[in-house]
Amino acid sequence: MKTHMIHIILGIVFVFTSTLISDEFTNNDLKVWKTQYESVVKEGRKVFTDTTLGTNTVTCNECHPNASNTHPETYPKFQKQLGKVVTIAEMINWCIANPLEGKRMAVDDARMTAIISYITEERKGVKLSPGKH
Amino acid sequence: MKRRDFIKSSGAMLAGAILPVSIVEVVVADDAPKGSENFTFAFISDSHLQQIKGTKFVRNWDMGLKKAVAECNLMNPKPDFILYGGDLGQLGKAAEIDHGAEILSALHSPMRMMLGEHDYYYDLGEHWSKRFGDKYYSFDHKGVHFIVLNSILTDEEWIHKWKTPEERMSTMAGLDDPNGSPFMVGASQRAWLKNDLSNIAKDTAIVVFSHSPLQKIYKGWNFWTDDAELIQEMLQPFDKVNVIYGHVHQIQYNQIGNISFNSVMSTAWPWPYPSTYKQAKQYLPKMTIEMNRADPFFERDATGWQFIDIHSGRVDLNYQLPNNKNRTIAFNEKSRKPEDTKYKLGDKMPPQKHY
Repeated sequence: MKTHMIHIILGIVFVFTSTLISDEFTNNDLKVWKTQYESVVKEGRKVFTDTTLGTNTVTCNECHPNASNTHPETYPKFQKQLGKVVTIAEMINWCIANPLEGKRMAVDDARMTAIISYITEERKGVKLSPGKH
Repeated sequence: MKRRDFIKSSGAMLAGAILPVSIVEVVVADDAPKGSENFTFAFISDSHLQQIKGTKFVRNWDMGLKKAVAECNLMNPKPDFILYGGDLGQLGKAAEIDHGAEILSALHSPMRMMLGEHDYYYDLGEHWSKRFGDKYYSFDHKGVHFIVLNSILTDEEWIHKWKTPEERMSTMAGLDDPNGSPFMVGASQRAWLKNDLSNIAKDTAIVVFSHSPLQKIYKGWNFWTDDAELIQEMLQPFDKVNVIYGHVHQIQYNQIGNISFNSVMSTAWPWPYPSTYKQAKQYLPKMTIEMNRADPFFERDATGWQFIDIHSGRVDLNYQLPNNKNRTIAFNEKSRKPEDTKYKLGDKMPPQKHY
């Protein structure tokens, strides 16, 4: 009976402490993550309007004001003109290499992350439709 | 040959020809008013020639303008004149404007020039005026009164708040730059317009050219002219008014009261419709059947130029779309508004085969 009681008490203690140390986000966490994300979005807008991203001074927003017609929600998809399924990063690299006559960047390049963050933010709220044309 | 037949046959032939403009026939309509004459003119706009360094320019934009010039020169019969709709350069540099003047000098037809914001906000149009003359003017041609406006002005305070001309120009050049400023025709030019119109009979057909739309579509991208209503008010008393504008890089058309509005395409690149931007409200005219989305892999897709058939004081716009079916937007005498001759509102554009 005594052992049983101890088990119950331990159980209560466990439940109680586990609530205390559970994986909850503090307001500070949320603030930090939001600030981090927003600063990268902001950086993305800078890259998106940067005349030195390519070699011919053309910028992304010349053809894509407010990142419109970049439709990141449709990727990955079969990009007919490339003949395979690609992510948005590969399509961005195509744009950098062709209209901007620049050098493709690594997909984990900080500027690539920034561009993707910015154009996705501009499409916030649009339903995800991978594979859509 | 009646007008309807002209549109039908030219439309059918347009679809199948590589250089469709060579077969355009300009005819005097059976029901045209006495003394009036059918004629065509061409409209080339928004080439955005962009200097990289020295004599190096962005190839893609150069090719768009060169193609338009070459095709215009192949028109038979030739257009009576060619209107250039503004934004010849990208950043208003003398080198860009001179480069554009050189490419345009190959045209075989007389030119009329209009200013765009990209030609203006570096030196406030000084070099452009030196090359091409007046920033706004009117002229008469075969019984039609033409007016060229400078609709891309803005308030003086904005103009003078910048540290450098380059900073001012690059801010206005960014279509989606939140630090830009709305366009306007302005009080002094409105007074000039009022005076210009006072000598014109109310039954004279009027064609107004403006770089920005003389109507309010979407302020965020400056598809907008602040004093549009005041201009419209001046134009409403006339029987036949047509406003043709550039700037938007896409096909738009609608009717406001007595005024038919038509936009023209860019030779450089197409812009998405404002409705595709999901973070802001916009008010694209409802009666426009939109262009298909462009294929970025074909760099001339959804760019082009147009020839305009003036028929009895109404304009029909024929759009040369390299990678889509060419389109004709004509004034429908029955519904009293411009309409696509093939697609009716509510129809869906045919699916694209190439995308």
